[in-house]
Amino acid sequence: MKADVDPKATMTGDVEPGQVMLSVENVSLSFGGVKAIRGVSFDIRKGEIRAIIGPNGAGKTSMLNVINGFYHPQEGVITFKGRRRSAMRPYIAASQGIARTFQNVALFKGMSTLDNIMTGRTLKMKRGLLSHALHFGPAKSEEIRHREAVEHIIDFLEIAHIRKAPVGKLPYGLQKRVELGRALAMEPELLLLDEPMAGMNLEEKQDMSRFILTVKDTFNTTIVIIEHDMGVVMDLSDRVVVLDYGQKIADGTPAEVQSNQAVIDAYLGVAH
Amino acid sequence: MVAFGQFAEVLIGGLLAGVLYSLVALGFVLIFKASGVFNFAQGAMVLLAGLALVRPLDYMVAQGFPVWAAIVLGLAFAAVVMAASAWLIERFVLGPLVNQDGLTLFMSTIGATFIIEGGAQMIFGSDVYPLRLFPTDAWFLFENQFPGGILVNKLDVWGGLIAGILVAGLAVFFQKTKTGRALRAVADDHAAAQSVGIPISWIWFVVWLVAGLVALVAATVWGTKLGVQFSITFLALKALPVLIIGGFTSVPGAIVGGLIVGAGEKVAEVYLGPLIGGGIEYWFAYVLALIVLLGRPQGLFGERIIERI
Repeated sequence: MKADVDPKATMTGDVEPGQVMLSVENVSLSFGGVKAIRGVSFDIRKGEIRAIIGPNGAGKTSMLNVINGFYHPQEGVITFKGRRRSAMRPYIAASQGIARTFQNVALFKGMSTLDNIMTGRTLKMKRGLLSHALHFGPAKSEEIRHREAVEHIIDFLEIAHIRKAPVGKLPYGLQKRVELGRALAMEPELLLLDEPMAGMNLEEKQDMSRFILTVKDTFNTTIVIIEHDMGVVMDLSDRVVVLDYGQKIADGTPAEVQSNQAVIDAYLGVAH
Repeated sequence: MVAFGQFAEVLIGGLLAGVLYSLVALGFVLIFKASGVFNFAQGAMVLLAGLALVRPLDYMVAQGFPVWAAIVLGLAFAAVVMAASAWLIERFVLGPLVNQDGLTLFMSTIGATFIIEGGAQMIFGSDVYPLRLFPTDAWFLFENQFPGGILVNKLDVWGGLIAGILVAGLAVFFQKTKTGRALRAVADDHAAAQSVGIPISWIWFVVWLVAGLVALVAATVWGTKLGVQFSITFLALKALPVLIIGGFTSVPGAIVGGLIVGAGEKVAEVYLGPLIGGGIEYWFAYVLALIVLLGRPQGLFGERIIERI
């Protein structure tokens, strides 16, 4: 074993595959009198697909909002790549490599597919305002370079035919795909997917599952997925955390969770 | 030939006056595009910019500065004032309201209007201050063809030139730059924009700064025309029909809308006025806007809003 740690790795907080990348400890979040999350702890390991499941109103989306900094929990600590915080900020989360999609598609409706995905490159673009305004030299070549990266994503997601279309007009399934593309354009280390297959038919779900698995395998992206379709969850995920009424009731492999009595009760409805 | 000469004069005068409306409408469009907010304070910002320009300028001239230096320093001072107010608005008015409804943001700009109007007059004074940045005399064109020639106001021509440059610059800024794309993203969805790492507070500062500088440009032209005074804030009301006709989200729409309103009201005043008793200029723009609302609610150049149900 090497005695001294690579200084560069510590500075950037690089995490080896299989090690804990993000952990939430004892996080509680409430809105007025409503307790959305109560003392939940779990971790996410680099390179895995981690599912968060639970009945409606269990606090799944709130948990994603805590992780990417939209919500600031009243209690608890979030550790991401070795840095502990009581709350993230959306800008910090994005700049440190956390990307996400939304339960109700949140695209820039007036813009084209291409422009939507280009916004995902915002943090990767370095050139200043002035050289962009003048649109020549380094700024122009930078724009072209990012455009190439975006075209790769468009090809990968098989949405080349809607490249120029305003996304507001697209069918729901395609909007979900564009939203995934925008998140991928950020080249994230951690990708949060909030019900990426809601409202899709079987074929669309299969396509989306394929994209998610390919992203994990090719880019080694760590993925957190909220999903209601149990078949999808069991097929895709490495580990599952189950929430109910804001509390964690189970955590383990899909097989473990499936046979857990508390989980079965939560889904079938047992008096609390 | 006399009739045609008169028509040409009315039309050209109207079109050029319309460009001046466009200058004010542009400030609204910028903020609406970038934050989805109808900025009620735009008229107040023209007043603030005008006062922050004319007062130091007069003072410096009285102190014996050369006029050109006073103008340059005055413009620089006013630009700094607009930047400071953009920062304050972002920090204290809009910043705390991220992710709130558009109507909430609109209400907050009404509040900002009164603070800006009151503050500007408290600091810089509330008289009518004449501003002479541009020539205000007229050219007489085609005197050989038409008796008396066609009267064209030099100030209006300057206004047209400036508006043209401004629009070209803004179009490039919005369509071609990374910041422009970020601005459009923030306008569509705050949360999604934050999730891709667009710093909303910086974007809003940029938007209000640009709108403030457009207000300053409008103030130089309108201040020369009317003098810098409180009634300049009513320009906001004239910009409203321009926006409805052109579309709230379109920079070219603000220009075309301004031209239609300017030309329409002058032509109507001259040719329709005698028939129904005059005074048409004051309400004609609003009637035009109503007609557009009936036929094309998003305006001539506006983005059609598509809601999937």
